Amino acid sequence: MVIAVDNEKTASMSDVDPRLSAFEARINRGEKIEPADWMPDDYRQQLIRLIHVHANSEICGALPEGKWIPHAPTFKRKLALVAKVQDEVGHGQLLYRAAETLGPSREQMIEDLISGKSKFSNVFHYPAESWADVAIIAWLIDAAAIINQTMMAEGSYGPYARALKRICYEEAFHMKHGYEMCVVLAGGTRVQRDMLQDALNRWWTPIMMFHGPSDKESKHTTQLVKWKVKLKTNDEQRQQFLRQFVPKMLDLRLKIPDKSLRYDSATETWRYDDPDWNEFKKVVNNGGPVSHERVEARRLAHVDGLWVREALTAHANRQPIPMPERN
Amino acid sequence: MTDTQWPIFEVFHQQARGEPHVHVGSIHAPDAEMAIILAKEQYCRRQACVNIWVVPASAITATLYTDDDIFERATDKSYRESWGYKTPKHVAMPHGDSPAQVAESDSEVKHM
Ligand SMILES: [Fe+2]
Ligand SMILES: [Fe+2]
Repeated sequence: MVIAVDNEKTASMSDVDPRLSAFEARINRGEKIEPADWMPDDYRQQLIRLIHVHANSEICGALPEGKWIPHAPTFKRKLALVAKVQDEVGHGQLLYRAAETLGPSREQMIEDLISGKSKFSNVFHYPAESWADVAIIAWLIDAAAIINQTMMAEGSYGPYARALKRICYEEAFHMKHGYEMCVVLAGGTRVQRDMLQDALNRWWTPIMMFHGPSDKESKHTTQLVKWKVKLKTNDEQRQQFLRQFVPKMLDLRLKIPDKSLRYDSATETWRYDDPDWNEFKKVVNNGGPVSHERVEARRLAHVDGLWVREALTAHANRQPIPMPERN
Repeated sequence: MTDTQWPIFEVFHQQARGEPHVHVGSIHAPDAEMAIILAKEQYCRRQACVNIWVVPASAITATLYTDDDIFERATDKSYRESWGYKTPKHVAMPHGDSPAQVAESDSEVKHM
């Protein structure tokens, strides 16, 4: 999943390359841009940033759910959760590969995540406190991610679009399973229903922030839409999410914790309390409740796995295999 | 930290015996043996797969999109296609020969 971050530069039009108009004509014809093709540097940088953040988010998104694997209530749920977590990590790898076709190495991107130089989605800076959080994440966050990813899968950059086609196929299972979990909890005991409502109360605001700052605040969207890096603005994606999922939440007798939420039939849009975008900025800059725990988990995995990577390299080079240090 | 950025392998999978191998993506791996293991985990978690190829990306030579004029068809290539030839269902033979005789003489021509 992708967050919109507010700090990118806008294209400078002073040094227009003659190849630019041919490039834009290709995008307008619906052609995909491939790694070896000429592309404006701004296009490259924006894509690297987006795909990198997306890859980081898949990896960090596996952490809150992974923690719940040992506590899954049934064997069937455990199997599904293991499969989902494995898929998310796989998504991260597919996306790092797509980003690599634009320049940066996977190693560098992982280092940047660990050092806090690169960001990940706002929603993964919060803890999953109960089993119902796992259900809400799988249903609504994966749903929000699908809206973003099916859009990006139609984007102009070939390797990213192809990776997203594979990813969306798997996300469909995540969301369906998440919905099933929510339906079971919503139709369960009082304790289960309260658990689900509490989870929604906790996650509502982060979910409303998921598609990024409102269009009023993000200046660069026009350029990204023109180059088909993005096909819809943040607010359009948020509206699509509300259109599809508010009725389903209400069906489950959930109360949505936003007093101003209502459908405006004149404009055919949902009205809602605009989230606090300063809070969003703070969170995505690793100022969220568990930002440091997430980055630390990633760092430990990288450090603890180093001996495995070294051993595999040694084996490939037919060298003696180094053993892990005992302590 | 030690750089363990491994080489890239392109991955092709085959969904059933007799089907062609299709490119599905790529992975990093220290060698081909490990590439097979990682490719299976990454690309064969769900859909049917009976065989995988992994190929070092460095072994692939590709054409350039900027040279795509090499694929231009300047001339009519219909002479290479079955649909480039039209024959009526029943052929009226000019000298009233029986079809059997025609077939015979036709095969003689072919063998000349
Ligand atoms: Fe994912
Ligand atoms: Fe997912």
